[in-house]
Amino acid sequence: MIAFLSDIHANREALSACLDHADRAGATRYVFLGDYVGYGADPAWCLRTVMARIADGAVAILGNHDEAVFRRGTALHGRAGEAMAWTREQLSPDAADFLKTLPLEYAEEDRLYVHADASAPEDWHYVFSAEEARRSLEATPARLTICGHVHVPRLFGLTATDKCTAFTPAPDSPVPLAPARRWLAVMGAVGQPRDGDPSACYALLDPGTSELRWMRVPYDVETAAAKIRRAGLPASLATRLFTGS
Amino acid sequence: MAHRRPRQGDRLDGFTLGARLHEGGMSAIFEATHPDHPFPLLVKLPFIDLGDRAEIVSFEMEQMILPRLTGPHVPGFIAAAGFEAPQPYLAMERIPGPSLLIRLRELPLPVEEVAAIGAKVALALAALHRQRVSHLDVKPANILFRPTPDGLRGDAVLVDFGLSHHGHLPDLIEEEFHIPYGTAPYMAPEQAMGQRDEPRSDLFALGVLLYQFVTGVLPFGEPLMLSGVRKRLWRDPVPPRRLRPDCPPWMQETILRCLEVEPARRHPTAAQLAFDLRNPDSVRLTPRATKLRRDSWLRVLERRVNLDRSPRRARTAATAHAAPIIAVAVDLREQTAPLAEALRASVSNVLRTLPGARVACLNVLLTGTLTGDAPLDEEGRSARVQRQAELRHWAAPLGLEEGRITFHVLEGSNAADALLDYAVANGVDHVVMGARANSMLRTMLGSVSGEVAAKAPCSVTVVRAREQAA
Repeated sequence: MIAFLSDIHANREALSACLDHADRAGATRYVFLGDYVGYGADPAWCLRTVMARIADGAVAILGNHDEAVFRRGTALHGRAGEAMAWTREQLSPDAADFLKTLPLEYAEEDRLYVHADASAPEDWHYVFSAEEARRSLEATPARLTICGHVHVPRLFGLTATDKCTAFTPAPDSPVPLAPARRWLAVMGAVGQPRDGDPSACYALLDPGTSELRWMRVPYDVETAAAKIRRAGLPASLATRLFTGS
Repeated sequence: MAHRRPRQGDRLDGFTLGARLHEGGMSAIFEATHPDHPFPLLVKLPFIDLGDRAEIVSFEMEQMILPRLTGPHVPGFIAAAGFEAPQPYLAMERIPGPSLLIRLRELPLPVEEVAAIGAKVALALAALHRQRVSHLDVKPANILFRPTPDGLRGDAVLVDFGLSHHGHLPDLIEEEFHIPYGTAPYMAPEQAMGQRDEPRSDLFALGVLLYQFVTGVLPFGEPLMLSGVRKRLWRDPVPPRRLRPDCPPWMQETILRCLEVEPARRHPTAAQLAFDLRNPDSVRLTPRATKLRRDSWLRVLERRVNLDRSPRRARTAATAHAAPIIAVAVDLREQTAPLAEALRASVSNVLRTLPGARVACLNVLLTGTLTGDAPLDEEGRSARVQRQAELRHWAAPLGLEEGRITFHVLEGSNAADALLDYAVANGVDHVVMGARANSMLRTMLGSVSGEVAAKAPCSVTVVRAREQAA
């Protein structure tokens, strides 16, 4: 069982709840899809945790917030920019060096892991619509692409007749990914959900049956939000965690 | 691509193909055996060389949905291979015996038999809808019955989920084709407008089947074009009683309610339809029940002109949670006034929050044995009538209109068994009952509520009156 975690965004409480949940669910492999930092108050702890999992064989790729830590020219606007300025102060040079080593994408078997649109990973395009999903799917040979970035769980499928289907998965309900089709699965966010459900989201793939399950994990939102306020980060970054907006 | 058609004797993933049961243009169905599965099997094989999109997608849908379904009302899933394999297939339990198709030449059938068949099919649909699946192709050919040891017709089994919709799975058909798929005579109007997530579309299809079995004719004919199917959005069918004068008003009421154009005007759930078909006396009659003519041309024209032609999608349907059947076991012998009141309060709380709920008041008349009530002679029958009256008296303060509440005196040698049988047979969603107060009796006989709570297929609320402070 492979666990996919995306958009952790320095939310320690959400990340530990998801990792505990995935460990108990029998995950034997971990894939981190980027955006470990930004928005939340625990960037250093979250990075250390991901690094420890990498030492145990996990895969991690780069997200746009991670890139912004070491690439000063990267434009993050508004609250994201404010939070990034704060995040940079919290991270040691080692942490920044670690982020620099992360790849933009990672392929294994017939699967591709990438933070955003796979047709131009370094441009960080969002995949919201079926047309955007098609652009990503047509750019690579992967049968199953797994990405994050939009913080909203979605599943897109490309049929033999070149139709692109869109589907919003229900929590904890396995979706069979028929091998004859090509799929793009968008993870929800671990650390800052935006689909109206405040619980943390990650996914489990059973490569044997090719079934993918989006899990929702309740976590201690109060603590995560209180830390954001204490750190002096924009207050709206704390309040949005309560509503998942 | 030349592709050899599968035939009897072929081996496939450990399955040995037996006789061919059916061959359509796009797929074949074979009997099969497998050493690991010592019961009759059936294997469905799509012809991959004739790759018709509709057939392929519907095969993929069935392959996704069938393994997720459980219970006696569907064939058990055995194994499958998709289009990535050299020969895709779907293996499942084989339900022996013919489908309802075979009855078409005997139509019309006696009303009692149509009601019994309809109730079984409605219960099967209720079980399917509880698993978030709308069948969307309910018709005689897709309905079979499990054989029972005594040779009588057992549970209805629904087959062919190739056009079905699962609330938690991607709908490949909706995405692939923007024309409605289904079987024209039975297709619900909203389905003809492209909506695929409405479980009450299955109630419409079952209504067409009931109409057909009662009258011998199809209510909307057999249109060949989609425009012909959509006519049912404004043109109502000839009332069954006009074609068959001995069709009782309750049956006409039930059929025409199924055939309502707006899903919200049909029975809220398949379980409630099953309940009506099993309890004709409880069907609330409206002017629909006795009408002998179709609506006037003016009303039809009005409907046609005002028709909402936009595709119908994502309208939320009532589920069993919103429109449950609640069975209240009222024990007239032991119930104290405070318990009777607590029981009423509990039921009325549920009813207040769920306007679609209906209530069946039950009492068990024990036969024979230790604490048995009077035997069912002349006196026994009057005991039934007396109990009915007592049930009505208990329920009167609830103030429920006819049609939302029914009264049933069950018979049996064991109260828990009688209540459990009733709950299973009627698709009851929630049992409410009082705790037995008399502790000596409870020690002697065991707790009825405890046994019902342990064995019921649904939620059970055990009500106890608050003890008075000494």
